[in-house]
Amino acid sequence: MNIDATDRKIIAATQGGLPLTPAPYAEVARWLALTEAEVIARMGAMQDAGVIRRVALAPNHYALGMTANGMSVWDVDDACALTLGAQVGALDFVSHCYLRPRALPDWPYNLFAMIHGTDRAEVEAKRAIIADLLGPACRARDILYSTRILKKTGLRLKNTEG
Amino acid sequence: MRRSPLPPEALDATDRRILNTLQDGFPISHNPFAEVAVQLGLTEEDLIARIGRLREIGAVTRFGPFYDAAAMGGAFCLCAMAVPAARFDQVLTLVNAHPEVAHNYERSHRLNMWFVLACERPEGITRTARVIEEETGIPVLLFPKEHEFFIGFRVAA
Repeated sequence: MNIDATDRKIIAATQGGLPLTPAPYAEVARWLALTEAEVIARMGAMQDAGVIRRVALAPNHYALGMTANGMSVWDVDDACALTLGAQVGALDFVSHCYLRPRALPDWPYNLFAMIHGTDRAEVEAKRAIIADLLGPACRARDILYSTRILKKTGLRLKNTEG
Repeated sequence: MRRSPLPPEALDATDRRILNTLQDGFPISHNPFAEVAVQLGLTEEDLIARIGRLREIGAVTRFGPFYDAAAMGGAFCLCAMAVPAARFDQVLTLVNAHPEVAHNYERSHRLNMWFVLACERPEGITRTARVIEEETGIPVLLFPKEHEFFIGFRVAA
């Protein structure tokens, strides 16, 4: 999908969140001097094209007690990595799941799955579920816990033409 | 962003229902709150007020559209470095000084610094990684995503 200047304005106006008012898309339209119908049509098209993954409320999992997380990494046979990765991503405790290139010899792992839980023991128990699911296709595994946030800035789109 | 648990009494059953329901999606329509409020057996006014409060107390990180960063243009890459403990702070200052470094985490591994580079164009990723290698003398391993899987993650409120 080609995103034009108007789409980019809508993205810039809404990437921080929707206004809490009965007609939020009309409010966004008012900020940008567009019509509500145009904002709804453009956002719907972006959702259909996958530019908007979803419109939703993201609960703060830390506030809800899921304070432990670990980046689990797996060396999975390339022949079944796509099939098995899809099953790992579908688990309700995995928030990110990717295939990435290995960096041999330092790094033999190609499947990355971020696991969340209320404490480290729960994260480890969930990691064991993934190990069972992968079975003999998995040749090596590890988990990396974050010990410190060193920098966190949102990935924000500048309000300019690309 | 709040990173500690809320006391259980901070949320009532209705708040939990809102959190559980709205993480699955929210309509793009003329009166979306009214539509969702009917499903939840609430008034539109009550729903809006409760979402506002959930946001204020930090029970919600974001409410609105989630954009696919790559689909909007731009390039992203996970990177890792093995930084000696004695040099950690010095290297951290050099790495974080780059505006292309979006997130950076210390992790429990020999590869102990993990960050995401966000650039306007793909060439920016390798260029920035090379500059960091020259500045620090430490190799930067690149882990671009080759495939992203659909995610079933849900938080039970």
